Amino acid sequence: MADSKTRQIKVDYLARVEGEGGLQVKIRDDQVQEVHLRIFEPPRLFEGFLRGRHFTEAPDITARICGICPIAYQMSAVHAMENACGASVGGQLRALRRLMYCGEWIESHALHVFMLHAPDFLGYEDAIQMSHMHPELVKDALYVKKVGNEIVSLLGGREIHPVNARVGGFYKAPARERLNELVERLRWARDATREAADILARLEFPDFEQDYEFVALSHPDEYPFCEGRIVSNKGLDFPIEEFYDRIEEEQVPYSTALHSRIRGRGAYHVGPLARFNLNYEKLSAGAREAARAIGLEPPCRNPFKSILARAVEIIYAFDEALRIIEQYEPPPEPAIAVAPRAGVGHGCTEAPRGILYHRYRIDGEGIIRDARIAPPTAQNQKIMESDLRELIGRNIGDDEEKLTLKCEQAIRNYDPCISCSCHFLKLEIDRTGGPDPT
Amino acid sequence: MGRKHPKPKLAVWKFASCDGCQLSILDCEDELLDIAGAVEIAYFPEATRAVVKGPYDISLVEGSVTTPHDAERIHKIRRASTVLITIGACATTGGIQALRNFTEVADYVRAVYPTPQYIETLSKSTPITDHVFVDFELRGCPINKLLLLELISAYLNGRKPVVPEYALCLECKRLGNTCVMVAHGAPCMGPVTQAGCGALCPSYNRPCYGCFGPKRTPNTGSLAEWWRHHRDMSEEELVRAFRGFNAWSEAFRRASEAHEQTTMK
Repeated sequence: MADSKTRQIKVDYLARVEGEGGLQVKIRDDQVQEVHLRIFEPPRLFEGFLRGRHFTEAPDITARICGICPIAYQMSAVHAMENACGASVGGQLRALRRLMYCGEWIESHALHVFMLHAPDFLGYEDAIQMSHMHPELVKDALYVKKVGNEIVSLLGGREIHPVNARVGGFYKAPARERLNELVERLRWARDATREAADILARLEFPDFEQDYEFVALSHPDEYPFCEGRIVSNKGLDFPIEEFYDRIEEEQVPYSTALHSRIRGRGAYHVGPLARFNLNYEKLSAGAREAARAIGLEPPCRNPFKSILARAVEIIYAFDEALRIIEQYEPPPEPAIAVAPRAGVGHGCTEAPRGILYHRYRIDGEGIIRDARIAPPTAQNQKIMESDLRELIGRNIGDDEEKLTLKCEQAIRNYDPCISCSCHFLKLEIDRTGGPDPT
Repeated sequence: MGRKHPKPKLAVWKFASCDGCQLSILDCEDELLDIAGAVEIAYFPEATRAVVKGPYDISLVEGSVTTPHDAERIHKIRRASTVLITIGACATTGGIQALRNFTEVADYVRAVYPTPQYIETLSKSTPITDHVFVDFELRGCPINKLLLLELISAYLNGRKPVVPEYALCLECKRLGNTCVMVAHGAPCMGPVTQAGCGALCPSYNRPCYGCFGPKRTPNTGSLAEWWRHHRDMSEEELVRAFRGFNAWSEAFRRASEAHEQTTMK
């Protein structure tokens, strides 16, 4: 029989995240011994079967890594292929890509902020339960999410795995009138998000400042979606082509997702908080106003406030979508011609959860010879583990249920997408006291 | 426990997949609260922490079986479910990850992971119906959420779901699209692919890539012959055309294997 210090917590499957994973924590004598994010999402081996496929197939195939952020995969893939072939997409086609990405950020962020993360702060099991006490908030949130999806559907045919993006641009460019039809709904949903942000600002945030290395894309003129250099608040500043020179991946036995770290340094933080901190000046005036009003200022080092950063980014995405639609003129051709040539191409875009890097080597016939993909959740694994270690250490006296909830909430700060990362969660806290039995 | 629930209990299960098909439920923004009113969402970890014990009236299964553990788990789910419906190409035909089925899976594992021995995976990605009895298979990569709503309401009302089994071409014609194959010679999978998406690709001026899988009695040989004749497609291109998101469906598998054998002659 274990002594009075021995306690055990088990949550078999972390909810309200995308994919399958668990958490295993070992506590001995009130000291955190080990924190393992266990990812048991079955490996699907995309980098394996991409070999031998045609370079034009990569956007549609890699979209299937993740149903939540297919645009991110399509955009990283098309940019990597264009990079390999020496092509560059500009003008209205580039603007349409940003518009489609706005739709994905709105849809994915609204889902996470209101349906997956807010219930943690307000003490509900899910958004449906939350809708009984906060019916207007949930209804508005669903509307915001729907309008994001409408952008994606209009440009791509459907919300999930849209069919219109291709290497070189699009299969079909939308008519001006079709985009104009969205404007009124975009404005309404933007204002609804602004009001909802005031509610989010009143949530209770644990005091949990961490000294992160934030990593995000940075572009001279705009809040980053598809292009830019990779920068950090601790001096990183390199072109995307150097991704694997600066970032290394390691495999751990308890995860089917590779762990990323900055060579010679360690864990880093990607996602909305990183983007917000590193690109604040590039936000629209309206998004900056919203950030100020809800008390979110760069640098924000509290991961629990990522929910506010997401809300600000939703507002930005609406502003940017409205700007793009206002300036839209249908391009002469829906795509530029991209002929294959042997070489290596790199693409890095800002998925809702952070930077998503693709690298392909293709031959002269356009056949993929090698593929490597670094998804945001894999890059955030180490930082999630270090947050949990710190959080559990600070709250070691809490009962198991409370501690479990805190851990889950801390993991959801990163909106982990395990389907992506594996290319996540079961909470097991094993507390022992006294001598180590092994 | 054991109390009779007034509302039917719905459970959503995940196997190897991208989460997109179950996200379709959350993408029913206008209908979601009504769905939650009509059924008890008893198990749906992507959306809720709450877990209601089985048995379940309707189980929706997303994803394919790719690990020894999952091959066991699906039997437990079947035993706990009155009606089991697979949603999407992974659950119904093995999905894009079934491309491993045509090769040596260890090569793929080595291509992705530096320490392959940590990875436990089966040599094949297989549809749910290879393991347990399935009441209905909803096609698509991803599924069409409107067909999912139709399916759930049909089961709730004890009627047969109205889900098309004919070719995508019929849907495309009804929309008045110009045929991308006849007019532009595009290699469209429409003639052999089941309808249901709303003929999206041809509506966006691109050929269908077969994400709803084969229609009933598809003539893949005739289609391939047309492509070869009119587009001068190589055997390698024909293999890739049938080896997509439903590569392990019987009709597309036979077609791709036939062309692969030709390339090896």
